Amino acid sequence: MSIEKYTRSFLKEVEERVEEGHWVKMCMQCGVCAGSCPLGPHWEHTPQKIFMMIRAGKREEVLSSDSMWMCTSCYQCIVRCPRKLPITHIMHGLAYLAKREGLAPKNQPTAQFGQLFWDNLTKTGRVNELKLSLGMYFKDGFSQGIKNAMAMQSVGLGMMKAKRLSPMEIMGGHGVKDKSGFQAMLKKARELEDSRRKLA
Amino acid sequence: MTEVVATNQTILVVGGGISGMTAALEAAECGKEVVLIEKNPALGGRVSQLYRYFPKLCHPTCGLEINQRRVKQNKRIRVLTMAEVTGITGAPGDYTASVKIAPRYVNENCTACGDCGDAAETTVDDAFNYNMGKVKAAYLPSRMAYPQRYVVDPVVIGTPEADKIKAACKYDAVDLSMQEETVQVKAGAVVWATGWKPYDANKIQPYGYDRFANVITSVEFERLSDPHGPTGGKILRPSDGKEARNVAFIQCAGSRDENHLRHCSRICCMASLKQTNYVREAFGDEGKSTIYYIDIRAIDRFEDFYQKVQADPNVKFIKSKVARILEDKEGNPVLHGVDTEGYHRYATPYDLVVLAVGMEPSVSAANIPAEIVSDSSGFIEQDQANGAIFGAGCAANPLDVNRAVQSATASALRAIQVINRVARAEG
Repeated sequence: MSIEKYTRSFLKEVEERVEEGHWVKMCMQCGVCAGSCPLGPHWEHTPQKIFMMIRAGKREEVLSSDSMWMCTSCYQCIVRCPRKLPITHIMHGLAYLAKREGLAPKNQPTAQFGQLFWDNLTKTGRVNELKLSLGMYFKDGFSQGIKNAMAMQSVGLGMMKAKRLSPMEIMGGHGVKDKSGFQAMLKKARELEDSRRKLA
Repeated sequence: MTEVVATNQTILVVGGGISGMTAALEAAECGKEVVLIEKNPALGGRVSQLYRYFPKLCHPTCGLEINQRRVKQNKRIRVLTMAEVTGITGAPGDYTASVKIAPRYVNENCTACGDCGDAAETTVDDAFNYNMGKVKAAYLPSRMAYPQRYVVDPVVIGTPEADKIKAACKYDAVDLSMQEETVQVKAGAVVWATGWKPYDANKIQPYGYDRFANVITSVEFERLSDPHGPTGGKILRPSDGKEARNVAFIQCAGSRDENHLRHCSRICCMASLKQTNYVREAFGDEGKSTIYYIDIRAIDRFEDFYQKVQADPNVKFIKSKVARILEDKEGNPVLHGVDTEGYHRYATPYDLVVLAVGMEPSVSAANIPAEIVSDSSGFIEQDQANGAIFGAGCAANPLDVNRAVQSATASALRAIQVINRVARAEG
């Protein structure tokens, strides 16, 4: 293995393009984050390993990893980190970069749900719970969708009773008053973010 | 009433541990008058509670004995035990300290014969052994205590037991009428050497020091290994008294952690490396030690010591800060975490876990009754604004014994310079 492979270029990229990315260099590799994570055993690479991989310039391996998508935002790692690294935020930042770079793993359920939620929300400015649930149930095909819906039946009925879910939402659903204004705002925000993070 | 003769040419040394004793001796042996204040009933501080020193693995009792003799022989040192400084007023060359002295209920007549201890029935926590055992309510603070004089615990005062204790004394040394008193001590300069205390391990919740009997601190392990400690030097674990042959040491327990102590306590790596020798000494090849660490900081020439321990096949090093400790059915602490050399997830049981707890200042600079400049951990900074109040030893920095003594000597020199200026001015 040649020494040239270990450049700091990916670390620099993370510092510039990932939310809270400038913290990555502060990791002292103690491993408390990995040991404290409730989903720890299910991660392909633990957080401290991801940080080391970033420093080692392993761009492809980091961004195509399934690891960041396992984060449930419980914040245990941030609480325990002896150096107060905002690990949760860095993980979300890395996931976002991976997504924008087209390197996020295909069929990763968290990534799929994230996309579904975003599309659902940005259409009208309000979350359409019915379409969101149906979208999630049927993401793996029609027959699996029916099975999922049947399994979740009691929850759905309970939500309907509590007026948290309306079957009428299938017609298009509720939204904000000024939809075009809302969408213009999102567009502008994305432009600003893209230029700041050099994501365009 | 305690009489203290002190002038503007006196140096006040606060704290009678290894740093304070050193500062007091250096100043007194240079011909200066010294008042040495100690909160506990005996001098020696944390050093007297150690089993062995690193790196030579000799016993602190040896060095302490030499210092105690020097103190005893030097007429320029006035020692006040069970005393605390509650206020300091004035300016360099002209300070006045208020010193609160707690009643000992035993006077200078005491010969440490022990008859009062035999007469006492009530027991109290043995502070010298970090409360791991009990002592009688009339007790000698430790075997090496200086002054070699008993103490009667306030819990028995006013009870018939106190009268029994008094009656047992053949030398009229027990004085039950002693009261707390406050004296004023003049001084031209102050050496503040109040030392350190182990970080409160209860605050490190994931390690369960408060929940698991077999999770102890490094200072407690010193007492367990000491032949004069609560187990007579046998390394027995607290839950069931079983020999602890498989011991884990957790480094940075509190230190280098923004949630606890921000600083590196400097001594803990060497302390754990040293303590692996205690395990070997007790059990030979049957004794296994495992050190969990972030990185080993065996500063400067201690690297040799580190390499020697590394070469011991019974000592294992795992690069990982343990994430949490649980307990199995046999009462064994089980260490959970992920190592950094290969990222392996582990869950390993041990007989006993020793937390290498960090050092924090005994008296945080904010609580010193004078204006003192300190760092973010409460250690005294060397700063002009402190006037002629000089931090020494672990009140100024987390230091090992060797460096604490150097620091104390430096502070004594600074104090002597102030006194010399005063002497010239006063003619």
